[in-house]
Amino acid sequence: MTLLMGAVAYDPKTVTIWTGFRSWLTTHGLPFDFVLYSHYERQVEDLVAGRIHAAWNSPLAWIRAGRLAAAEGVRLHPVVARDTDRDLRSVVVVRSEAPYHRPGDLKGESVAVGAVDSPQATLIPLSLLRSEGLRPGDDIEILGHDVGVGLHGDHVGGERDAVRALMSGRAAAACLLDANHLLFGKEGTLPPGSTRILAETAPYDHCVMAVNDSAPASITERFGELLLGMSPDDPEVRRLFDLEGLNVWVHGRTEGFAALEAAVGEVGFYDAAGRVTAEGYRP
Amino acid sequence: MNRPAGAPAAVDLAHLGFDQGAHLLVQRVLSGLRPGEPLEVTGNHPALVTHLRAWCRGRGHLVQPGGDRDTPVRAVIVRGPAGLDRWAGARRAGGPSPHEIVRNPEPGWGLAARGALVEDGAPAPGFDLAERDLVWADIAPKLYAHAASAQWDPAVAVPWDAAFELPAAVEEAVVQVMTYLVENEQAALVVPARLLARIHPHFREVVQLLAVQAADEARHVEVFTRRALLKTGRLGTSSAGGRASLTTLLAEPDFALASFLLSVLGEGSFLNLLAFLERHAPDPVTRTVVRLAHQDEARHVAFGVAHLQHQASVDPGLRGRLRGAVERRHDVLRDTAGLNQDVLDSLVVLAAGSWDPAAVARGHAQVGELLTTMDHARQRLLIRLGFPADEAAELSALHTRNFM
Repeated sequence: MTLLMGAVAYDPKTVTIWTGFRSWLTTHGLPFDFVLYSHYERQVEDLVAGRIHAAWNSPLAWIRAGRLAAAEGVRLHPVVARDTDRDLRSVVVVRSEAPYHRPGDLKGESVAVGAVDSPQATLIPLSLLRSEGLRPGDDIEILGHDVGVGLHGDHVGGERDAVRALMSGRAAAACLLDANHLLFGKEGTLPPGSTRILAETAPYDHCVMAVNDSAPASITERFGELLLGMSPDDPEVRRLFDLEGLNVWVHGRTEGFAALEAAVGEVGFYDAAGRVTAEGYRP
Repeated sequence: MNRPAGAPAAVDLAHLGFDQGAHLLVQRVLSGLRPGEPLEVTGNHPALVTHLRAWCRGRGHLVQPGGDRDTPVRAVIVRGPAGLDRWAGARRAGGPSPHEIVRNPEPGWGLAARGALVEDGAPAPGFDLAERDLVWADIAPKLYAHAASAQWDPAVAVPWDAAFELPAAVEEAVVQVMTYLVENEQAALVVPARLLARIHPHFREVVQLLAVQAADEARHVEVFTRRALLKTGRLGTSSAGGRASLTTLLAEPDFALASFLLSVLGEGSFLNLLAFLERHAPDPVTRTVVRLAHQDEARHVAFGVAHLQHQASVDPGLRGRLRGAVERRHDVLRDTAGLNQDVLDSLVVLAAGSWDPAAVARGHAQVGELLTTMDHARQRLLIRLGFPADEAAELSALHTRNFM
């Protein structure tokens, strides 16, 4: 039986990546095929409905899949994740010379965020600000940057626009992933020394390979074993890892999604049954 | 790295941030550590720990907190295994010197510099001329160096402004010969250009030499065209037979056979033609352009002969294939006219220098001598390639009447 996996086409390179994985997995004895989705919501619905066996999920997709699955009486489990998806942090940055020294100082100001469905640039950092007593919409104005809505923040454009809003003075602070703060500094979007980190979230996890437990265990277990066994000693694997941005696959875990779970609850992004309830969210 | 025995490795980044190159200092120390070994990082950039964590995450290194507030250590990196395996299968792509070329470079080395440490796993670009004995000659590096130093500038090397007026018929003869030379040089440009794109870059001196050869021909096309247009502003004729002959050169995919037909037999004959034209040139511009082209063509012939001598020394069957190529080309061209009659007549006019019957007879005889000289020169080249004298004479006679 062929294992069918869903992935979201957030970039044309996803075709190269998953075609490469398909070739590698097939060569190693696992019949494998993939379906590309234009956004995560349909992929999650298909995973829970059993139309695909596995899904390369964003953390937000994992949260929704879990809620949908619980409502439907379906069981899912995380098989693998990229090592680079563990222990990410988001940062809230301000211009270096700005008179803000703690999150509470942003009261009454505008805060630039990424896309409405971005865990790292919107949902999790706003949850942090909320915990600091700042109610989005009331105490702070939120400047959203909806690039690639439905891609759950995979498109870096929203975060780049958020820091541009910060640098142009339209926003007093910007929320983004720690690695993108570094990236924007290196690429020159943020001149060296131009920003200061005002707050940083606790570590959280990002993408995860989710499997529907109703899929035949013989193929889903083999899928996990093969991925975990991929070694960058193999030049073909190295090429795929470079494209997909990992050093090694690690076992999937769920504890790194607690912060996002809380954030989703705070804003009612999905309801308890996994229905999309976020205002104005149109993937 | 100088540190007390047992002390962990350390790096001080001072004020340097990861957005300004701090990773270079970290990477430098990490590369000397084994997986699992710690590296203590100190520094005072405000975003150091945040950026260090993000940077290490992407490279598979763990980051631990630096300890209590009293120590200057901001974080401790535990070196991960990533990056080591990337170079596990890497090999040197031969050596940089021409003496260090390998017989069969790996296709996957592709465009890597010869002698570079090559990570495996890149797609092979598909250079099909990838065996030393198919393309190499030991003289190639020397010829390339000579070719690079002998490049001349068409704008200044030719006395374009020299004052002269020729009788109309003589000018017309020059124009016709130049027109013929241009189409031949265009073939001589395309053939090495096509071949060089197929040669494994490991044999870079050969690629470089052919690139300069193509550039030589580009200049020849320019100066011959410019001389043709100098006085009348129009070109002469191009015969179907001449172009048919040249087209057979373009169709030869085999490197040795293409070199043989073009550089040995064709350009070899052209050396005699260009010398003839220099001797009979009626004006300083014509004399200069053919002299400059002659210098370059001599180099092209030298490489063609040297390469084929090398290949013949390791491939006893080569001469049989060279013979077959000449015979095939002869058969293909059997029913074509060969040299454009306008070109032949123009050579006679240039050698005669006037319409005096005695001069024309002299010119005609000199063109006849040219053909004999070409034949003898081709035979000498064939003998250098190891053909017996009688076979050399036979093959030379089968060479195209179009000279190139």
